[in-house]
Amino acid sequence: MVSTEAELRGLMRAGLRGDAAAYRALLTRLSANLRAYYKRRLARVGRGATEAEDLTQEALMAIHARRHTYDPSAPLMPWVQAIARYKLIDHLRQTRASSLDVPIESADDLLAQDDHVGIESAYDLKRLLNTLPDKMRNAIQLVKLDGLSVAEAANRSGMTESDIKISVHRGFKALASSVARKRHVNENR
Amino acid sequence: MKTDELIEMLSTNVEPVDHRHIVRSIRLAIAVGVAATVGIVFFVLGPRAGLYSESAWLPALLKIAATLLILVPSSIYLVRSARPGGEHSTSTALIALPFAAIMVLTVLSLTFSPSSHWKGAILSDEWLECVISIPLIAIVPFVVITWVVRQMAPTDLARTGAFVGLVAGCVSSIGYAFHCAGDTVPFFALWYGGTIAVCTFAGWRLGPTLLRW
Repeated sequence: MVSTEAELRGLMRAGLRGDAAAYRALLTRLSANLRAYYKRRLARVGRGATEAEDLTQEALMAIHARRHTYDPSAPLMPWVQAIARYKLIDHLRQTRASSLDVPIESADDLLAQDDHVGIESAYDLKRLLNTLPDKMRNAIQLVKLDGLSVAEAANRSGMTESDIKISVHRGFKALASSVARKRHVNENR
Repeated sequence: MKTDELIEMLSTNVEPVDHRHIVRSIRLAIAVGVAATVGIVFFVLGPRAGLYSESAWLPALLKIAATLLILVPSSIYLVRSARPGGEHSTSTALIALPFAAIMVLTVLSLTFSPSSHWKGAILSDEWLECVISIPLIAIVPFVVITWVVRQMAPTDLARTGAFVGLVAGCVSSIGYAFHCAGDTVPFFALWYGGTIAVCTFAGWRLGPTLLRW
């Protein structure tokens, strides 16, 4: 199934309004595009599928944690493309490959191919969550993994509702940036 | 971890997101920066002598207006470049335009004044204080704006850093204009323009380190 800009943008807008089903559909479709994109780009520098999967997940986390920077009146794919490319260049720079191998791209590059064959990434969610401060980890556990509503999570944990929301948001931002650092450390070992 | 598990987690209980937040918080950061620099200038350096007489507030106002000509477009570009891919809709030429205009004015004003006055126009007493104060005061708005932009997602860090430096330099100049008694066009062009350019350069160099996400 080939996604189009209009479809994805519709899903994103709904997602920004809090529509979880639309948002899940969006991330699922984008993940296929991102996977194909990273496999293609990493193959040029002789890297494998696990690394592509790592980057796909990293990009998804970044998209999620920074979704407030998307302007709904603008097309979605150039925004996604810019994030995907930024994460790729950051990754190549950290692993000391030349980022000169990344050609100029248009937003269509990302939509051109998709790849639904997901594999395990090198990230361990439990271990990642354990690196977070207690408050953030608890909030993410309750709302995102146990699936409690914000109100229920607030009741259960004794935090206020806005505390929960802020902790989830900050937690994802911290996760998104810690995966980049973690990978760096692992590869230097 | 499988990507499907990650997606499942990310899309469970998604909160609505306010996309106007980004513009508001950058505006707020600039306003806080202006308030802080004006406060520093008034309480630390002190306003220029006779600020409330026309011969003093008029040139101060003109300097502020000229700085706003740079500040307004550069803060619009700052908001754009704080978004992924937004750097493509910013133009260096347009930012350079007010600088060029002030340079033209400088050349004109020097042409029409006798060359014996040039030294006095450019090197009036305060030039050194100006060169030191503007970048120093600019650190305050620079820190505030950097902190806000770090919550965004710039994808061209050097360029975005340059805009942060440029905006911080302008904000600092606005505050400093209440103190400074160097009122000639060449003085303004060289020492204000020059120090704002220095702030921009500093931001350009610091951006990749400070704004990485």
